[in-house]
Amino acid sequence: MKHTLSVLVENQAGVLSKISGLFSRRGFNIDSLAVGVTADPNISRITIVADGDDYVLEQLEKQLNKLIPVIKVKAFESGSYLSRELSLIKVNCTASRRPELIQIAEMMHAKVIDAAVSTITLEFSDTAEQTEILMNLLRPYGIREIVRTGTVAIEKGNSSVSVQSGS
Amino acid sequence: MVKCLESEGVSVIFGYPGAAICPFYDRLLDSDIKHILVRQEQNAVHAASGYARSSGKPGVCVATSGPGATNMITGIATAYTDSIPIIAITGQVRSDLLGRDVFQEADITGACEPFVKHSYLVKNTADLPRIFKEAFHIASTGRPGPVLIDIPIDMQTNEIESFEYPSKANIIGYKPNIKGHSVQIKKAAELIRSSSRPVIVAGGGVLSSGVKLKLVDFAVTTGIPVVSTMMGIGVMPSEHRLYLGMLGSHGKGVANRVIHESDLIIVCGARLGDRAVAAPDQISERSKIIHIDIDPAEIGKNIKTTVPIVGDMRDIMSRLADAVGEYHVSPMWDDTIERWKKDLFRLPKEFDGFVEPRSFVAKFSHMLPSKAILVADVGQNQIWCANNFRIKEGRFLTTGGMGTMGYSIPAAIGAKFARPEREVVVICGDGSFQMGMNELGTIAQNNLNIKIIVMRNTRLGMVRELQKNLYRGRYSATFLDENSPDFMKIAQAYHIPSVMASSNEEAEKIAAEMLKHDGSFMLVCNVSPDTPSI
Repeated sequence: MKHTLSVLVENQAGVLSKISGLFSRRGFNIDSLAVGVTADPNISRITIVADGDDYVLEQLEKQLNKLIPVIKVKAFESGSYLSRELSLIKVNCTASRRPELIQIAEMMHAKVIDAAVSTITLEFSDTAEQTEILMNLLRPYGIREIVRTGTVAIEKGNSSVSVQSGS
Repeated sequence: MVKCLESEGVSVIFGYPGAAICPFYDRLLDSDIKHILVRQEQNAVHAASGYARSSGKPGVCVATSGPGATNMITGIATAYTDSIPIIAITGQVRSDLLGRDVFQEADITGACEPFVKHSYLVKNTADLPRIFKEAFHIASTGRPGPVLIDIPIDMQTNEIESFEYPSKANIIGYKPNIKGHSVQIKKAAELIRSSSRPVIVAGGGVLSSGVKLKLVDFAVTTGIPVVSTMMGIGVMPSEHRLYLGMLGSHGKGVANRVIHESDLIIVCGARLGDRAVAAPDQISERSKIIHIDIDPAEIGKNIKTTVPIVGDMRDIMSRLADAVGEYHVSPMWDDTIERWKKDLFRLPKEFDGFVEPRSFVAKFSHMLPSKAILVADVGQNQIWCANNFRIKEGRFLTTGGMGTMGYSIPAAIGAKFARPEREVVVICGDGSFQMGMNELGTIAQNNLNIKIIVMRNTRLGMVRELQKNLYRGRYSATFLDENSPDFMKIAQAYHIPSVMASSNEEAEKIAAEMLKHDGSFMLVCNVSPDTPSI
């Protein structure tokens, strides 16, 4: 089962290696990991998508919390959060195929950001699931290269994962 | 750095100098802090561990960059698995040269990542006071553990404008949960009151939190029997009626029997590793489990828990006792245990021409002052001691988590500096002795009064036993030379008197003389290679 965790950490050297090291030595599987600074430049947020059962999730949260630079760990419950992933996809595209691909892009709300004689490059921002759908549609044309940022996620409604919030 | 240590009230540190830590050693000359020069850096960490466990304060050890630092890793890992508060300070190459693979550069914060509670690589001299304050706070609070501070040489020599040692550490991501949750305590109390065959499993956490007397009180009032993990030995006097000994694969039959027949297990400050409980799932199916620990990550890690209580046992133990109120285990449970104690007791088999180590350890413990500190190494000697040392008010120190051979001699040195007034005794095998014997130099140089008993079977007994039982007696690489070393001569080289014994009678006689001797002494007991661990 996939779990999405939002982790606030002190923005200091070595934090990322502490977290990635923890995952590898405890045998947790990471699907994606995205890091960025928060509104407070001293604090970064890491969004982790990991695979495992409830035991793994519980250990994951507890072991992350044991790391000193980790300030807060929140595992999102399914349905309670919004997630996005940015992808840049370069697809084989001859002139004759161009209208089809543009149609797919429009249908999926992807943006054409570059075109060349034999390729077209799309920008797509949506959930990991939607990204898979788009990729399936593009695969028959030949995907040259895909660059994905990994999932970032935020809670729905008024709640937030911040240093002050109680959750 | 020296001022930081002084501000923390540090009076003794263990270390080994080198180029990258020289500025610190230079300043140390002007301080009252006593530096104990060990013979290898790993032993500085073990000595700090023995010091920490005997004094209740974090132990401090120092080494230089590169090999000095990497030599420390085994010691740091040992302290980590044993949850011992250690401050490990390493020198590092100049900060502007970091990452260039210069002479004696090693990424020690990276290498120690899995074995430290936290680590620092100092990048600004002005941060030193804060970092030291935080390091001592992190090491000694919550679940104790080692903290590494890696300090490039230029960070040691840079001047700072003014030195001010912070009075408090304020770490946003580190607030160990101290107070146990009232609802959980109430639930646990109800479970206890409704149980008829409860048992307490006490681990090292009971000793490090200093609640052993409260635990004994609780056991006596309720009549709940106590078993301990290896790290928990000493929570109760061995001969207390309610103490059933160590559990686990190398533990006492009665302790394991009680665990298997109980309807409620109260786990206090123990993680229940694989050596303590081999099949936790079977146990949690049969009995209910209350798990009290300061580290929330231990709860549910190895065993399914009915009622978890996260927090400091100092707070929880007395509140739990109050909540339980008047309760006593059923007399049936009491009687059954007394019967098992008799049924499962076996006299150790003796071998002619050898010392029988199990009966010797039992006998020897009664010759010791009640507050003596016994340090056991790793191997068969550890199991002989764990099961047969009759502890009273003293301490039993050994490494249960990592099981690092060579721990006992340096750890005893640390213990002696923490408790100079106490009798400190090492019991090790001839294998583990040879991993730590370089520290005889430290003992001799400091005129330490440490008694060393070497159980000499000229084998790596624990592994040999494993090969005997699981590998059809195909003994591979477990034979130590019978002719060398000459232990008497080794002791003599360090001006330590030594005697060899080949029977219990002899060994007991020499042990009595040894304890009268003011100063270190070595007793070598010839033990049959066929003596089993339990």
